[in-house]
Amino acid sequence: MNKIKTIIRKEWAEVFRNRMVIFTVAFLPLLMTAIPLGIIYSTRGTVSGTSNAINNQLPSGVTQSMCPSGLSGSDCFQVFMVSEFMMLFMLVPVAIPVTIAAYSIVGEKTTRSLEPLLATPITTAELLIGKCLAAVIPAILATYAAFGIFALGSWMIVANKVLLSALLDARWLIAIFLVGPLLALLAVVFSLMISSRVNDPRVAEQISMIIILPVLGGFFGQVAGLFVLNKQIISIVAVVMLALDVLMVYLATRVFQREQILTRWK
Amino acid sequence: MIHAENLTKRFKETLAVDDLSLDVAEGEVFGFLGPNGAGKTTTVRMLASLIAPTQGTAKVAGFILGRQDTDIRRTVGVLTETPGMYDNLSAEYNLRIFAELCEVKDVPGQIEKYLKMLGLWERRFDAAGTFSKGMKQKLAIARALLHEPRILFLDEPTAGLDPESAHLVREFIIELKKQGRTIFLCTHNLDEADHLCDRVGVFKTRLLVVDTPAKLRSSVFGRKVIFHLRVADDGMAEYVRKLAFVRDVKVVENKLVITLDDPEKCNPEVTRVLVAAGADIQFVGELRHSLEDVYLQLVKSA
Ligand SMILES: Nc1ncnc2c1ncn2[C@@H]1O[C@H](COP(=O)(O)OP(=O)(O)OP(=O)(O)O)[C@@H](O)[C@H]1O
Ligand SMILES: [Mg+2]
Repeated sequence: MNKIKTIIRKEWAEVFRNRMVIFTVAFLPLLMTAIPLGIIYSTRGTVSGTSNAINNQLPSGVTQSMCPSGLSGSDCFQVFMVSEFMMLFMLVPVAIPVTIAAYSIVGEKTTRSLEPLLATPITTAELLIGKCLAAVIPAILATYAAFGIFALGSWMIVANKVLLSALLDARWLIAIFLVGPLLALLAVVFSLMISSRVNDPRVAEQISMIIILPVLGGFFGQVAGLFVLNKQIISIVAVVMLALDVLMVYLATRVFQREQILTRWK
Repeated sequence: MIHAENLTKRFKETLAVDDLSLDVAEGEVFGFLGPNGAGKTTTVRMLASLIAPTQGTAKVAGFILGRQDTDIRRTVGVLTETPGMYDNLSAEYNLRIFAELCEVKDVPGQIEKYLKMLGLWERRFDAAGTFSKGMKQKLAIARALLHEPRILFLDEPTAGLDPESAHLVREFIIELKKQGRTIFLCTHNLDEADHLCDRVGVFKTRLLVVDTPAKLRSSVFGRKVIFHLRVADDGMAEYVRKLAFVRDVKVVENKLVITLDDPEKCNPEVTRVLVAAGADIQFVGELRHSLEDVYLQLVKSA
């Protein structure tokens, strides 16, 4: 346990010196918070009384799944617009661990510090857990912080309590507190695997960012009206993520053996 | 302290270490010599349980390789071939990480002790990346010692150091030996091996010989005595050659170079024979082969 803490502190001391990492950890969550807040702010209390006209333009299923009765058409439109961005919000727990892991592994390789590290009594599991946590913890914290700002901001902008609880409904909570961490774990293990095979942190980062594609795909699919992000879909995504995580962690324990780390991470 | 039996390591096609059997006693400084690519670093990595042997077994400090690896890592200190410091972190922080990972009790105390001992205390808050090669090497030596390991693997500790730093490191190794630690020293510096090691092994994928530096010299070259005469010629050499214990005689300018096994016992007899033959002996000395000559001879014939 103490060794894992040592590794995490060391990772942070090293990796947060890097501008790219600080940029990703600080700027991305802010951006992803600003966009939905901007939407809420700019569309607040506009068109009223034309509920039917607007509702007819929303994809079918939106009204039932996210708009409680009692919301006006324009309120419902706001809810819909904001939930479109939930997918983009999920970039935060994906991009942060990918960046941290890429810089941390490739950094170890360029300074050749893995060998002395592996010569200590630390177990391979402790080392990998430490590295994963060092990337996942900031990702989760940044996600929570960003969501906190978003929730606070909506509360200040939106007066209507019914609208507020529709904006920050169970879908968001599942996404932030369940899907987010699962995504972060998936991203870090994936990034570890990629980073162990390349020698440039930027290349590692770019390849690892492949994992963003499904998230972006989901976003555009939703914008194009292919599906409506309701509670059921998010719950299914959470279960699939969990299965993928278990699979990836299992694969990682097979791939990352002490000798492999020492002789193959070059 | 170190007991290896038939250790073999194969990387795909490359046979790096072949059938190495070796014993190193407690408190011994063992020199491991061999050309580039001989498999020295690979051997150290196996014995320090960093990589697994393809075949063979070993016991390090009584712990069985492959079964008690964490115990082995707790007991040994490894100076790796490249220092491998975290360049962005301070010297002190670098050591702190390793002290914690090695379960050191008094972390600040140990860090202070070794930084002072190696003359880096003043620079402890500087980033390791700003250190010169020699300073990094010393920092790496400090790192290998923080947990007071009983066995030390030093992979080329003086490579790339200036004469003064190299001297300091060698003095340090002697100090460590005095404290009773067992030291496994890989080096390309044969004078260093000669000076520091109780025994040396010459290695090139397989172990060619193991012995004390002195015995290696005499077994490879025999011992040679030089008689400086006012005039040396083949006639003089002929008188000496008749002696039963003399293995070989050569005339070089005004010197007779005589190979024999036991100069202490035989020199008086040689002297008597030469004086009787009318030679004017100016002085007598032993021709010392450097360990380098021995090494080159062994590696060439391997
Ligand atoms: N991870 C590896 N994968 C493949 N081959 C390797 C690996 N490590 C070492 N080798 C090979 O094993 C052989 C021995 O290498 P090693 O580094 O042990 O030599 P060395 O005696 O330490 O050499 P030097 O004096 O140059 O440090 C070399 O042929 C090397 O190419
Ligand atoms: Mg080597």
